[in-house]
Amino acid sequence: MNNGLDAPYPTLTRLTQLSFRLSRAIMCLAVLPAIACLAASVAMAQGPAPVTNLQSADHPWDGGDNADLTWEVSADDATLVESYFIYKAMMQKGPIPADLLTESERKYALVDVVPAGTTEYTVGSVPGSGYVRLKDLSDEQRALFDPNDLPDKPHKKITVELGYLFKIVAVGSDGSQSVETITAAPYSPTRQWFDAKRMYLLIITIIFGGSVVFFIQHARAGKDLKIRKIGGLAAVDEAVGRATEMGRSCMFIPGILDMNDIQTIAGMTVLSRVAKTAAEYDAKVEVPTCRSLVMTSARETVQAAYLSAGRPDAYNADFIYYVTDEQFGYVAYLQGNMVREKPAACFYMGAFYAESLILAETGNSIGAIQIAGTAMPAQLPFFVAACDYTLIGEEFFAASAYLSGEPEQLGSLKGQDVGKIIVGIGIIVGVTIATLAAWFVDTGFLTTWSEYIKGVILT
Amino acid sequence: MKRTIPLLITAIGGFVLVFAYFSPYTEDWGEKTMIWFDVIAAIAFVLGGGNLLKIHLKKTSDQAEGWGYSVITLLAFGITLLVGLLKIGVNPSPQFPHFAWSGEYRENGSPFWWLYEFAFKPLTATMFSMLAFYIASAAFRAFRAKNLEAILLLGTAFIILLGRTFAGVWLTDWMPEALSGLKIDNLTVYIMKVFVTTGNRAIMIGIALGIASMSLKVLLGVDRSYLGSGQE
Repeated sequence: MNNGLDAPYPTLTRLTQLSFRLSRAIMCLAVLPAIACLAASVAMAQGPAPVTNLQSADHPWDGGDNADLTWEVSADDATLVESYFIYKAMMQKGPIPADLLTESERKYALVDVVPAGTTEYTVGSVPGSGYVRLKDLSDEQRALFDPNDLPDKPHKKITVELGYLFKIVAVGSDGSQSVETITAAPYSPTRQWFDAKRMYLLIITIIFGGSVVFFIQHARAGKDLKIRKIGGLAAVDEAVGRATEMGRSCMFIPGILDMNDIQTIAGMTVLSRVAKTAAEYDAKVEVPTCRSLVMTSARETVQAAYLSAGRPDAYNADFIYYVTDEQFGYVAYLQGNMVREKPAACFYMGAFYAESLILAETGNSIGAIQIAGTAMPAQLPFFVAACDYTLIGEEFFAASAYLSGEPEQLGSLKGQDVGKIIVGIGIIVGVTIATLAAWFVDTGFLTTWSEYIKGVILT
Repeated sequence: MKRTIPLLITAIGGFVLVFAYFSPYTEDWGEKTMIWFDVIAAIAFVLGGGNLLKIHLKKTSDQAEGWGYSVITLLAFGITLLVGLLKIGVNPSPQFPHFAWSGEYRENGSPFWWLYEFAFKPLTATMFSMLAFYIASAAFRAFRAKNLEAILLLGTAFIILLGRTFAGVWLTDWMPEALSGLKIDNLTVYIMKVFVTTGNRAIMIGIALGIASMSLKVLLGVDRSYLGSGQE
């Protein structure tokens, strides 16, 4: 190639060309990394590649409020991605599609942030069914329902299937975000027949229940079972006897909860004994109740006790009566009654709340002998401070077995001891695992079990 | 028969609730069982109300001692029942504009609201406030230094009571950081967190086992004392 410069200065021209090429090569060398950097920064600005193949599936063995998500990691998982943000949104309510739901209902909420490399996650709190009220539905929404499914009254509930969409966003270390990946269609978790999270409790229940039944059968077979003396229960006869001597009545208060509370039932078993002793001594037992069903049960119990004492004629249903369901109304009545009638013995057996101390102190001020039994831990100190005898927690539940003296009932107490052994072993094993897991942090096995105990069993 | 049917109902109801706890699919069964109980309790309320009326009407007619209180009880019962049943509102509701009192019966100014605000709440608050005096008298009796255990209890109670007040914080505020564990407010937290929690948990475990055992006895029909004699 001759450009007219070569002819007079051939050597110089060649040198010039060489230097030109050299400088162009150097420029290329300098520009290429810059272009690469620019390309990379553009890529960074766009964010990492999104996750792919995001699927939602039912979480096995649960209450129908969890969904399992699986996905394939972003193509930039190893380089740019720092974490994945997981979101959920309700997108279907029975026949109501997403576009007819309110803005707040279908808004995506952040569920969790998981580190790069994660390919699965279980989303909680996504119940597969819920309800809507007729009055809350718009005309457009109402038209989507089968008219036969609609209730006759506006405040009534309609059970509907709830569907959810999930989305994942890959987030880079600089905060850049990938394009959203959303599940294909709304998903609704289903309830299973068994909740695997409660498996450990089922095993304990079977062992504990089995041991109680075993020892009941054992006792029925005629084996001798001993029970330690419970001061509060031994004092029941003494208290009724004292009331008889003084010519005053006994007052029995079965707590303020209804018959569906186990403490009230336990109270009834003590009432049975108190009434029987009173029937034998010809003392008066007054039972003011806070619930109508408790009144009915107490009447049956006292009547049976008088019958078994051989004094059915002495039974008077009017001594067992209903006062009010209101906690402090009931307390006001009892206080007034105590101060006016001055019963010689007061029994507080059942579930109590703030009224425990008011009652026990009033009883104390009138000089009554007082025996209390409850399984409300917060009220126990008050009863201990103000009563002569207190049945603490399990003693209260052991009362029926103790008072009846029936071998099969005593057998249940032996079964309870097996429960205590299980609890003791559980505490020792749990504490050991947690301690070792704290010492040897890197041990996967111990850490997993420690997390399981804390996250599942203790929650 | 009088005992067999209630025992069957108890056993079926109880086991359904236990089963429903472990089986999410049957949660509805458990809820329905509880609704049945509510229905029975609501019916039983008629028994209770009837019993209340019977006792106080008898007392009033006999003019027994304190019969004036029975009159007040009957009046209060009747008025509250009437106000509750009639659902008397303040303004007409949009659905029934021609009925002056058809509005929401719990809104401000309604008779129900009035009874609640000016009768029920003050009376309840009065009863509850009495608790403060009873706590003082019970504490005075419980914290007498009669023996070693009582002295320990008194000392612990003193620290906790003091630690919950400004005086407690102020008294030991001068302590150096190295001895901060001995500051009364920190001692209080420590006692509550370690000793009280430990004792409470021991009691709670006993209670839980007692409840499980007692429930099993009731469900299996081993303990029937709450059912009465069974005689027709």
